[in-house]
Amino acid sequence: MLVEFGTALDQAAHDAVLHLDQALTAHPFAGFRESVPAFVNLLVEFDPLVTDHPSVTAHLRSLLTVQTKARSQPKQRDVLVCYDDAPDLAAVAQATGLTPEAVINAHLSGDYAVFMYGFAPGYAYLGGVPEAIRLDRKPAPLRDVAAGSVIIAGAQCLVTTLLMPTGWWIIGRSPTAILTDDPARPFLFDVGDKARFRRISRAAYEAAK
Amino acid sequence: MSYATLNVTFAGPHVTIQDQGRPGLMRYGVPASGPMDRSSFALANAALGNPAGHPGVEISLGGLSLHCLSGAVTLALAGGGFIAETKARKLGAWNILTLSAGETLTIRPGPWGCWTYLAFAGSLQAKEWLGSHATHGSSGFGGGKLSTGQMLILTDAEICPDREGAIPCPVWARPRHLLRCTPGPQDRFFDAETLATFTTARFEMTDAFDRMGLRLRGPALIPASALSIPSEPILRGSVQVSGDGTATVLLADHQTTGGYPKIATVLGCDLDAFVQCRPRDAVMFQAITPAEAIAITRQNAIRFAGFESRIRRR
Repeated sequence: MLVEFGTALDQAAHDAVLHLDQALTAHPFAGFRESVPAFVNLLVEFDPLVTDHPSVTAHLRSLLTVQTKARSQPKQRDVLVCYDDAPDLAAVAQATGLTPEAVINAHLSGDYAVFMYGFAPGYAYLGGVPEAIRLDRKPAPLRDVAAGSVIIAGAQCLVTTLLMPTGWWIIGRSPTAILTDDPARPFLFDVGDKARFRRISRAAYEAAK
Repeated sequence: MSYATLNVTFAGPHVTIQDQGRPGLMRYGVPASGPMDRSSFALANAALGNPAGHPGVEISLGGLSLHCLSGAVTLALAGGGFIAETKARKLGAWNILTLSAGETLTIRPGPWGCWTYLAFAGSLQAKEWLGSHATHGSSGFGGGKLSTGQMLILTDAEICPDREGAIPCPVWARPRHLLRCTPGPQDRFFDAETLATFTTARFEMTDAFDRMGLRLRGPALIPASALSIPSEPILRGSVQVSGDGTATVLLADHQTTGGYPKIATVLGCDLDAFVQCRPRDAVMFQAITPAEAIAITRQNAIRFAGFESRIRRR
């Protein structure tokens, strides 16, 4: 079942998604399997052998109307980024009329939040790229872009986790693992977390990789 | 403890280790994966008395050859109507046999089906990722794709002579060409005529068919208005329509989110037999209500459980 809070990108709708997601985690129903938060809607998957659409709808409605306690404080996560191996930095600078250094500073100044995961395991969509460096994606995707690439398109930024094609602009590389290999906490981010980029040198990147 | 060692003397593309999958992680971009035909995989395991999700091998139309280097192990083959051959004999899928040191088993496509399953009376040693051996195709994480020259090690390998022989193949494990689906969640983007076309036209399966999804050929299902929807969650069974009106049914290794409208969602229990249809087969969609979907799913679960327990007891 898909619960929609809007049809266009909108912070209030996204906050409502996070609110219902948290309320559901705190108060699951019998037969609840998993929920998937996205920009403006929440997918709720249930076991059809245990419950049905009317029961799930009633439960979700009760969570929407009941005033649950305020959303817990989002976690702040740090992501290291090296801008010295950045195939598209010059092109982004040219397209935005900035110097490469100004593009880097703009990227570092962003206030990022994890809106959702998608596309591939660990692909966390971070919203919050500053206006000055927002660009449409490239006309054609580039194949075989290495894991750990820091890529931007529009207001979004993400750190890739797999060798994959992308049409986004590659402005740096990160040694910070989103797929952590830690069974207790296999993914760096939860949806709703805040993120901050911290610049490192090429030497520090090579050492941390 | 007895071992069996199998050398992969040939593996076609998309031959992977699978188990019950890793549900519950879609919020991190990770689909459940697991077998394309979950029913046949579970029946192959049941026929050996294994737990339903015991790790086994999913064999694509590319086929597989295994040479037993040491030990011996009893195997069950169930799923698509593939052919299994050793020097001594030739069998169809839905059979149990024992492979001993020195013997080679070759499994190749037969009269029907796209995916068949090899279950083992033993524990297949394979890598785990996030608590499951299931292979996620595009990353290769989990048990992994089999490649020629690789060794498969089975611990606790058993020989079960009393289980050898044919496994009955239920009629519902055969290819299913009529897909029952609930409309939406974005059916509102299509006009009435397009929605009617969706449930009355014949669509043809194409070669663009892998563990992520299956592209269909048929009348274009053009959305009524130009649209840009924010990326949103996708399910196994979502029927996604791209900008040019092409429908794709998403399968075991689906992307977890996407920005194309989903015209309908295919009933989970119809997907297992659907993936046994072959490219160029014709398929049709039938719209049902959510209440009907629940009722059908429950009836199917009862039918499956009854069949599964009979096979397990043999």
